[in-house]
Amino acid sequence: MKLWKTILAAAMLSLAAATSAFAARTDLTLGIVLEPPHLDPTAGAAAAIGEVTYANVFEGLTRIDDNGQVQSGLAESWAVSDDGKVYTFKLHSGVKFHDGSAFSADDVKFSLDRARAKDSLNPQKQLFAHITDVTAVDPATVKVSLDGPQGSFLSDMGQVAAVIVAKASANGNKDKPIGTGPFKLDHWAKGSEITLVKNPDYWGTPAALDKATFRIVPDAAAAVPALLSGDIQAFANMPAQDALEQLQSDPRFSVVIGSTEGETILSINNKKPPFDKLAVRQALASAIDRSAVIAAASNGLGKPIGSHFSPGDAGYVDLTGVYPHDIAKAKEYLKEAGLENGFSATIKLPPVPYARDGGQVIQSQLKDIGVNLQIIPVEWAEWLSQVFTNKDYDLTIVSHVEPNDIDIYSRPGYYFQYDNPKFNDVIKELGTTVDKDKRLELLGEAQKILAHDVPAVYLFELPKIGVWDAKLQGMWTNWSIEADDLTKVKWTD
Amino acid sequence: MTAYLLKRIIIAALTLVLASIVVFAVMEILPGDPARLMLGLNASADQVEVLRNQMGLNAPLVLRYLHWAGGLLSLDFGRSYTYSVPVIDLVRERIVVSLPLALIALALSTIIAIPIGVFSASRQGRAGDTLVMGAAQLGVAVPNFWFALMLIYLFAVWLRLVPAGGFPGWSAGIWTALKSLLLPAVALALPQAAILGRVARSALIEVLNEDYIRTARAKGLPYRAVLWRHALRNAMIPVLTILGLQFAFLLAGTIIIENVFYLPGLGRLIFQAITQRDLIVVEGIVMLLVAAVILINLLVDFSYAIVDPRLRAIPGKVRSGFPSGIAPKQILRAVQRFRETRNRSRGRQ
Repeated sequence: MKLWKTILAAAMLSLAAATSAFAARTDLTLGIVLEPPHLDPTAGAAAAIGEVTYANVFEGLTRIDDNGQVQSGLAESWAVSDDGKVYTFKLHSGVKFHDGSAFSADDVKFSLDRARAKDSLNPQKQLFAHITDVTAVDPATVKVSLDGPQGSFLSDMGQVAAVIVAKASANGNKDKPIGTGPFKLDHWAKGSEITLVKNPDYWGTPAALDKATFRIVPDAAAAVPALLSGDIQAFANMPAQDALEQLQSDPRFSVVIGSTEGETILSINNKKPPFDKLAVRQALASAIDRSAVIAAASNGLGKPIGSHFSPGDAGYVDLTGVYPHDIAKAKEYLKEAGLENGFSATIKLPPVPYARDGGQVIQSQLKDIGVNLQIIPVEWAEWLSQVFTNKDYDLTIVSHVEPNDIDIYSRPGYYFQYDNPKFNDVIKELGTTVDKDKRLELLGEAQKILAHDVPAVYLFELPKIGVWDAKLQGMWTNWSIEADDLTKVKWTD
Repeated sequence: MTAYLLKRIIIAALTLVLASIVVFAVMEILPGDPARLMLGLNASADQVEVLRNQMGLNAPLVLRYLHWAGGLLSLDFGRSYTYSVPVIDLVRERIVVSLPLALIALALSTIIAIPIGVFSASRQGRAGDTLVMGAAQLGVAVPNFWFALMLIYLFAVWLRLVPAGGFPGWSAGIWTALKSLLLPAVALALPQAAILGRVARSALIEVLNEDYIRTARAKGLPYRAVLWRHALRNAMIPVLTILGLQFAFLLAGTIIIENVFYLPGLGRLIFQAITQRDLIVVEGIVMLLVAAVILINLLVDFSYAIVDPRLRAIPGKVRSGFPSGIAPKQILRAVQRFRETRNRSRGRQ
């Protein structure tokens, strides 16, 4: 009898152990390639900062979802005045920062005023350029006045650099980020990993994960064994493209190819002869075969683009056919420019695979029309100082990853050195247009001007190659902004 | 001995000063603006200027050097531009990974290399020697990152005995932390062992041809005793020299292995700091490494005295930086051989 009791107890125990083993996991280790230099999205441009903190640790008035749509964030609702100049945000109540202090309208005022201040080091300061005044009407209401109607204002307030921080903790956010999000920083072992844990006092829907670790895996070759061994269960954007087929055929993993906001382009120095001639730029566009570039530079996964616009965004116009790949036509353009014997130029390539691999293909393609490119590999720091700041370049390849950034072609002093009054007018009008249909129309017009005028040769949209454990749900497919939003991520079964 | 010590210390101090000037100058020449790197493409030129002023980058060159070098004297290495924490904290976090890793790799390399060297030298030209030296040649030739990946696939992916990479920190428990250093240490140690084994072998062969070995044999000592007691001890000097060089290399020259195993070591910190133009971090670490190499060389010099009793017997007799009684040619030849084999293996990577 006693024996039976013991056996029964043992069976019960093992059953209990078994069921608890079947309970869904609540921890996740993600691989990221670059370590963020710090964790304050309002103080640094590095994309890795937003990858870790956006929506997880820090939140803005609005938030951008997986598809690039504006959702409510810390503001539960808002009203816009008839002239489009005043936004009144109604804030969520019961919101607390991670240090326990209460969130209120004053924090919104502080954050926006800080970002637009004269000595502000906000990497996206232009988002706040049109704000003329921020008033905390009452603890749950904020009024933001603009110098004119701003079509993209709600989307701007959902960007990574527009998150709300508290006055008391703002200066320490680089090392100890204090936000309002569903996760808070547990610890950061520099060079190794950043661990977030669930915020038990979160004001909204709590996260399903208890713990999320971002582990830094800088080497593409190391990423695959890390996944295969189970040490890492997800890469929001996987660096090892060569191993993609192997992972795709492995039922343990989901491979999800999505889009990013990264327009990968052959940038041209538009003021430097002979590139100041439209015919020369047209010759480049006609001589380049996008599909070959895409095959080499992104394993055939990038989507071809014909202008500076993401195919995933509303208002996209397919302009890839404006200058089809046509060597004879390209030679005609060169003749028209008086350069039938071709010419020599340099192309500076930053240290990213898409640029280095794509550059070689473009070099060989342009050889067919007598344009000899000398490849100059540069580091990012050199690229920023030589190409971006000093405009000392002929051609370069780079991916412009900022969302909705078609206006960069109208920015004075921007490294394209492109100045087209017609285009500038369209962008100016776009800035003050709030009506949705009219905006899309203007965006289409802007895309068309660029496609025909070729201030840069548009190559492809950088893909986002998501690879994660097949049992994991809720990871973002697209990078409408570069963020690994874990708020809806959970394990199944 | 005191005069020798004093001379070495003065030389070391001068080397440090000279190194600080060279390091600082090289970092100045390096193109790229750390402020622009931090603020990104959308920041205006004014903002970059504000940050440059904040970081003190607009001060005159000489002033900045003196400020930095003055800080070094009081062991203040400045604050990282990107991480905005003291450089010394960053180094401290990384050294607890790099130093144990280098020591384990060095120990492994020695444990493997010495028996290999003795075995091969005592069977010079015979089948065993050819086989072992062939294997050593392979060890030098195989790129260590490839070898590392093979280790990962075997022990982490297939057998699941150790993690594929990363470092949990010593707080996770000594065994857990050691486990994650095991594969990288083996990957680092094997090529070093191959080099060291070859050096040990040729040094031993050279010593075995000396007259006193014949004398020892002639007076009736068994071969084994002559080999281990008389020959090996004298062959240790070039081996120690190589060990010193290897240790300096293992401490920070392991970027590739640190990348493959994503370990937060010193090598990766330097690499990251260079790409981010976190100049003050690069300068600080390079100075620390210069100091470490000088210290190691000093220790190696003193260790000669331990293995060679003649040095203890005749204190103060020093020529050309080498303790008396040691043929510098032996060491130079060993160093040269080490560099040749290492360069050959690097050329393949």
